[in-house]
Amino acid sequence: MGLSTQDQRLVAAIQCGLPLVPRPYAEIGARIGLSEEETIARVQALLADGTIKRLGVVVRHHELGYRANAMAVWNVPDEQVDDVGRRIGAVDFVTLCYRRPRRLPDWPYNLFSMIHGQDRDAVMRNIEHLVECCGLQDIPHEVLFSRRRFKQCGAHYIGSPARPAIAEAMPETARGLP
Amino acid sequence: MNALEKRLLNDFQRDLPLTPRPFASMAEALGVTEEDVIGGLRTLTERGVVSRVGPVFRPQRCGASSLVAMAVPEDQLEAVAELVNAYPEVNHNYEREHHFNLWFVVTADTEEHLQALVKHIEQQTGLTTLSLPMQAEYHIDLGFPLQWD
Repeated sequence: MGLSTQDQRLVAAIQCGLPLVPRPYAEIGARIGLSEEETIARVQALLADGTIKRLGVVVRHHELGYRANAMAVWNVPDEQVDDVGRRIGAVDFVTLCYRRPRRLPDWPYNLFSMIHGQDRDAVMRNIEHLVECCGLQDIPHEVLFSRRRFKQCGAHYIGSPARPAIAEAMPETARGLP
Repeated sequence: MNALEKRLLNDFQRDLPLTPRPFASMAEALGVTEEDVIGGLRTLTERGVVSRVGPVFRPQRCGASSLVAMAVPEDQLEAVAELVNAYPEVNHNYEREHHFNLWFVVTADTEEHLQALVKHIEQQTGLTTLSLPMQAEYHIDLGFPLQWD
């Protein structure tokens, strides 16, 4: 995966957040056998090479009153998708913008963007604005508003060493489902 | 939300100081004490407004991940969501208004593990999935500007 074992341990140690103590890097370092100075240097390096996109306060939009979010998906001709993606990704109310594969015939959309807003109308206005400012009038799209949030947490890329095999990890609740 | 909390939420979404005492550096910028900053962040975390103070990773630089969609019959949705949630590899599991009404992200240490897990979910539910791994990323995450009423 391109990360050294030491960096994998560092990623695992910080992925759920830094400890809220006066010297968090010293505490993280102590868990994985690095000095405070080395820990800061490695975090700096992971930021510099783009493994970490940003380091800071990660807010939950929903709890802050941004109650509506929609995934706007677009069917963009392949030769235009990079260009359109960059244009959409540069707009400030867009929080994610990815190219993903189509799965025909069920799923024709290849560009995904996440739009937040304080309510549903605000999200729809933002999408209308997006269509105009990015010249997307001829690009078919759909808007998938979220209803219930069943789970949200930081992505866990690296499991603990004791991660059980999939079969063992199969939850009790999974059994007996139709 | 008090004035300190608003600034803690808005001003430090990126560029957390890489100094031995980052919260003391923040306190200096805010004109408060280190204890105020740590206490404020703890409270915001406990209230669920802050997910964490830490890194946002660039997707797919570590391990494998995919956005997975399922079209779940309405009367099975809660049970399927619960089943899916129970996997530690699953996060961001949402119901969405569409024929494909359940959307979640699966992350795993390897591509093989990821595929085995998605297949396992299909077997457990008897439903098919759309697995839509990221192919390119166009958004540069600089945090999200908050608007206070």
